[in-house]
Amino acid sequence: MNRFLPDVLIHTTEMMKNKHVAVIGGGIAGMEAASVLARQGLKVTLVEKQKATGGKLNDWHHLFPDFSSPGVVVENLDKKTVRAGVNVVCHTEISHIERNNGRFELSDQRDVKIFADAVIVASGFHVFDATLKEEYGYGLFSNVITSVDFERRMKKHGKLLTLQGTEPRRVAIIHCVGSRDAKVGNIYCSKVCCITGIKQAIEINKMLPECEVFCFYMDLRLYGSKFDSLYLEAQKRHKIQFIRGRLSEAAERPDKSLQLKAEDTLQGRPLRMNVDLVILLVGMEPALSNSSLMRNNQMKPDENGFFRSVNMHEARNVGTQEGIFMAGTAICPMAVNETLENARSAALEVMNFLRTDKNHGGF
Amino acid sequence: MENFIIIPFTVGLIYLTLVLIYRFVKWVRGLSKLDKLRLVQSFKIRRMLRSLKEVFYEGLLHRKIFRKNPVLGYMHMSLAFGWFLLIVLGHIEVMAARRSLLVPFYLPVFFRYFETGTTFFASGIFSFLMDFFLLIVLSGVALAMLKRFKKQLFGMKKTTRLKTGDRMALTSLWLIFPLRLLAEGMSAELYGNGSFLTSSVGHIIGSFSSESTNLVLWTAYSCALGFFFAALPNSRYMHIPTEVLLIFVRNAGIRLKKRNNTYTDIQVFSCSRCGLCLDNCQMAAAGINHAQSVYILKNIRNNNLTDEQLFNCLLCGKCEVDCPVGINTIDLRITQRIESTLQYNSSYNYLEDLPARKASTIYFAGCMTHLTPGIIASMKTLFHMAGENVWFMDEEKAPCCGRPLMLAGQHDAASKLIVNNTRKILGSGAKTLVVSCPICYKVFREDYELGNVEVLFHAEYISRLIREQIILPGKTTTRIVYHDPCELGRGMGMFEPPREVLRATGKVIPVKNEKQMAHCCGGSLGNLKISQQERAVLRNQAVKDYQQYLPDVLATACPLCKKTFARHRGIEVMDIAEIVVSSIRKSAEVVPVKASVKEEAFAEELV
Amino acid sequence: MEDFSFLNPGSRQIDFDNFDDRLLLYVLEYEPSFVTCISCGGCTATCSAGNLTNFNVRKIGLWLRRGETEKLSQEIEKCMFCGKCTLVCPRDINIRNVILLIKKRISELKTENQPV
Ligand SMILES: Cc1cc2nc3c(=O)[nH]c(=O)nc-3n(C[C@H](O)[C@H](O)[C@H](O)COP(=O)(O)OP(=O)(O)OC[C@H]3O[C@@H](n4cnc5c(N)ncnc54)[C@H](O)[C@@H]3O)c2cc1C
Ligand code: SF4
Ligand code: SF4
Ligand code: SF4
Ligand code: SF4
Ligand code: SF4
Ligand code: SF4
Repeated sequence: MNRFLPDVLIHTTEMMKNKHVAVIGGGIAGMEAASVLARQGLKVTLVEKQKATGGKLNDWHHLFPDFSSPGVVVENLDKKTVRAGVNVVCHTEISHIERNNGRFELSDQRDVKIFADAVIVASGFHVFDATLKEEYGYGLFSNVITSVDFERRMKKHGKLLTLQGTEPRRVAIIHCVGSRDAKVGNIYCSKVCCITGIKQAIEINKMLPECEVFCFYMDLRLYGSKFDSLYLEAQKRHKIQFIRGRLSEAAERPDKSLQLKAEDTLQGRPLRMNVDLVILLVGMEPALSNSSLMRNNQMKPDENGFFRSVNMHEARNVGTQEGIFMAGTAICPMAVNETLENARSAALEVMNFLRTDKNHGGF
Repeated sequence: MENFIIIPFTVGLIYLTLVLIYRFVKWVRGLSKLDKLRLVQSFKIRRMLRSLKEVFYEGLLHRKIFRKNPVLGYMHMSLAFGWFLLIVLGHIEVMAARRSLLVPFYLPVFFRYFETGTTFFASGIFSFLMDFFLLIVLSGVALAMLKRFKKQLFGMKKTTRLKTGDRMALTSLWLIFPLRLLAEGMSAELYGNGSFLTSSVGHIIGSFSSESTNLVLWTAYSCALGFFFAALPNSRYMHIPTEVLLIFVRNAGIRLKKRNNTYTDIQVFSCSRCGLCLDNCQMAAAGINHAQSVYILKNIRNNNLTDEQLFNCLLCGKCEVDCPVGINTIDLRITQRIESTLQYNSSYNYLEDLPARKASTIYFAGCMTHLTPGIIASMKTLFHMAGENVWFMDEEKAPCCGRPLMLAGQHDAASKLIVNNTRKILGSGAKTLVVSCPICYKVFREDYELGNVEVLFHAEYISRLIREQIILPGKTTTRIVYHDPCELGRGMGMFEPPREVLRATGKVIPVKNEKQMAHCCGGSLGNLKISQQERAVLRNQAVKDYQQYLPDVLATACPLCKKTFARHRGIEVMDIAEIVVSSIRKSAEVVPVKASVKEEAFAEELV
Repeated sequence: MEDFSFLNPGSRQIDFDNFDDRLLLYVLEYEPSFVTCISCGGCTATCSAGNLTNFNVRKIGLWLRRGETEKLSQEIEKCMFCGKCTLVCPRDINIRNVILLIKKRISELKTENQPV
């Protein structure tokens, strides 16, 4: 079968077959990177701490900007990993990566050990804990929920009700919760929540056409292809109202509705509004295990706590420890399509690394 | 006998006396009529004795410094008390020698120079004692020198910076006693009138002994004394006489009343620049090293206080706790703030008289608390359980309590808010006003005139409910560290009620830095200049300290503390009201509100 | 007559080429954090004074940036120094100090401009 390949390449392919890559995190980034590498003939182990792969997408109801099914994405990726022969290990949370004699030793809290020639960290992101913004009342007022709760409720029940079981007549969607906020220590933008908010606003309007939906934003950051057309659609077809002003606080009324305080900055006047339901667009934070994954090697966090790349333009997937690479939202907030592209580029970086790795021959 | 050697000393002393008389008279005359009356009325034997006792303990023995730092205390005591004994004993010695109660004022100072060899009753004992006390003073001087160069030996983080007047006084002070030792040693060698110390020193320097060296040494000694007296009024040593006046004035019940008067000067001049306030001040950790009380006092005295210093202080009160002179650093600073902002107090003429609601109890949450709705929710639950008819006065609209304005020095402006709020409180006919913010509590207690309305801090209110068994919190094994909010603890002296409440719900762990020595969380409204990054340093320092005790929860009783600590994200922070409510819920086997929503939200999380 | 020339906003347009930036530079010198405002309105939304009267602390900042000192000097009177704004600002701006500095400087400039 190798009749048409030059000798050198045959040699390399043989050599690569003996290489082992460990991928930490079975979200879509990890799955994609693992399956690409395995298809190239490498031995790949994908480690996931939850009971199944798929990461956050398992919780999402619909994906922006096309309302497609996250379930299908995960299903396809699952098929790909299985077909490519990736060794998937679930229920295992990696807490240490140590380099010994040019190889990496991965371990968890129990005594699972995995040895690898290269590592991809695809540990994803952590959803901001909205109780930290106490003034928004999450965890305190029953009708304040997060965008994550929204997705879960929609996925489970297919409908959106207040805690009293009524259909909300007015919903406020709050942007930048836990992002762009020095008060919680996150000064970066989570990038996908603006468009998530618009997507959810449209979904609410589709379900409950009588319900008024307001988005409270500081800036609308709709960077992606087709994002702005969704914004346009939200205004034209779904009568979503956009108010430029940051929510300062929410208070619960006796009837469990919420009084919001914001400024309509374009009017230049403070605004008070009563709503039945508040959705907080929670931001993306570095995954919880990041700091322990950095402890026993040269990996470093960037200024926001995500994994630092050696060069954010040319080598985004390359970590500050030689032999460790990153994929997906472990690097910074990104959407599904970017995550998948990013994971493929991580796989390529790993192959280049293993091919030129001095300790193990190659060229 | 050359009498001229007394001239430098005499001139210095006369100058000093005149300056002191001038200043003291000016200061006392500058007090308000009422304060002067107070002072006159305080001239009663008992009070005078009390003041004298304080002068003895603090001015001479320096008891407070001793307690805080024994080495430093010894240094101050040996200098002050030692010198004092030298003077007293010297006089008695001269009286014994001359067999007369009337002796020239200079004679005790230069006794060994003038009295060459006469023996009189107990002269040996006298010279022994004089040598002994000289030794004590010298040890103090030695320590003082050491402290200048090696402050760490004294367990001090910092010493104060010096200016020229101080340097002159300091140098002459350092010289006085070594010169006296040399002069007396020389005389002892020449006339044999010394004791163990001076004679031995005399032996050592014996080879130089001559009448003329003796004269030179005594003249130098006199010059050092004269110089010191002359430099004293313009140096920090002015604190020595001023502190005596301060003690009498303070014991007469005179206080600063939001405006500068000569009591400010008395306090300012009483500061010995011992630097104890520097050691207590947390701001140094954040690199703020120019705004502490000792510098403020110095700059008031030198008339070069800047806003950047004046407003860069948490008003946490920690420096006041250990000030050995008992200077009211907080009042003093607020007064300076009032003076510096007099020109721009607001009138708030937009304030309307909003109607009051009739109620037996009022709850005033305060501005800050609106950003910690957890506290409000808990208070509402407690009121509900107590079956209280409560008017939540600032639920929708009410001016601020006025305390933040006061902290910023805008006293007149604050009074406008106070008047507005007072009218409403009285209008409601309430008997009790409950507040859950120490900042509000302080102003309601100290600056509002609310007649028969009882102002209760929520800790007091809750502990009352517990004692009367109106609410039944369930005791758990939760480890609680309680953070004393500055305005409540040092500010209002309330340490026990919050602890009492917490003890009913869990295990309160005592910590080293608590009560009077509690940290400031760093969030204080008192500081208008500090940056958020600097605040974070202070907060982290406090949290790190508390974390050593492995608490399950850090309890506090101030919305601002809660918000400040919550930003740390490494420790669970709750207000005492929230802790009580959650413990009642637990004991009643009802799922707390907070937990139930969380469960709903996270139940589906993949395991 | 008092000469409050520094208060004159000039024309109705914002004249970027010559506006009185004395106040702005003063504030920035002592409270550099002010430069990071993104006009989110959080401060105005929470403001205790704004809850009782027509007062917009975010606009105070905007006027300061544009040299509109006259409006500024009248409006700033309304602040109660409660500090809530500082507690919600996502940029961690020390708004209370900004207000103190403006008030201080305006009162200084007023005295300076007074003919003796
Ligand atoms: C509310 C919300 C809605 C969104 N909606 C959309 C959308 O509609 N369309 C879209 O394009 N994007 C959307 N996104 C973005 C999308 O979720 C991400 O792009 C995607 O989840 C990134 O995948 P990932 O694999 O990088 O990270 P994750 O999905 O976070 O996966 C990381 C995986 O790693 C595992 N893991 C972490 N640490 C370890 C460890 N130490 N050991 C073992 N396993 C570990 C985790 O359990 C997880 O399974 C949304 C994001 C949010 C917050
Ligand atoms: S994407 Fe939008 S909502 Fe999310 S952090 Fe950025 S600006 Fe805020
Ligand atoms: S204020 Fe008090 S503690 Fe501070 S230097 Fe002066 S005397 Fe010492
Ligand atoms: S009040 Fe507190 S912050 Fe201010 S000088 Fe004293 S110790 Fe320092
Ligand atoms: S925030 Fe709390 S600890 Fe800090 S100064 Fe205020 S009351 Fe004191
Ligand atoms: S809250 Fe801060 S950033 Fe937002 S408008 Fe006010 S000052 Fe500017
Ligand atoms: S400090 Fe002034 S501007 Fe800020 S919230 Fe309070 S009243 Fe408003």
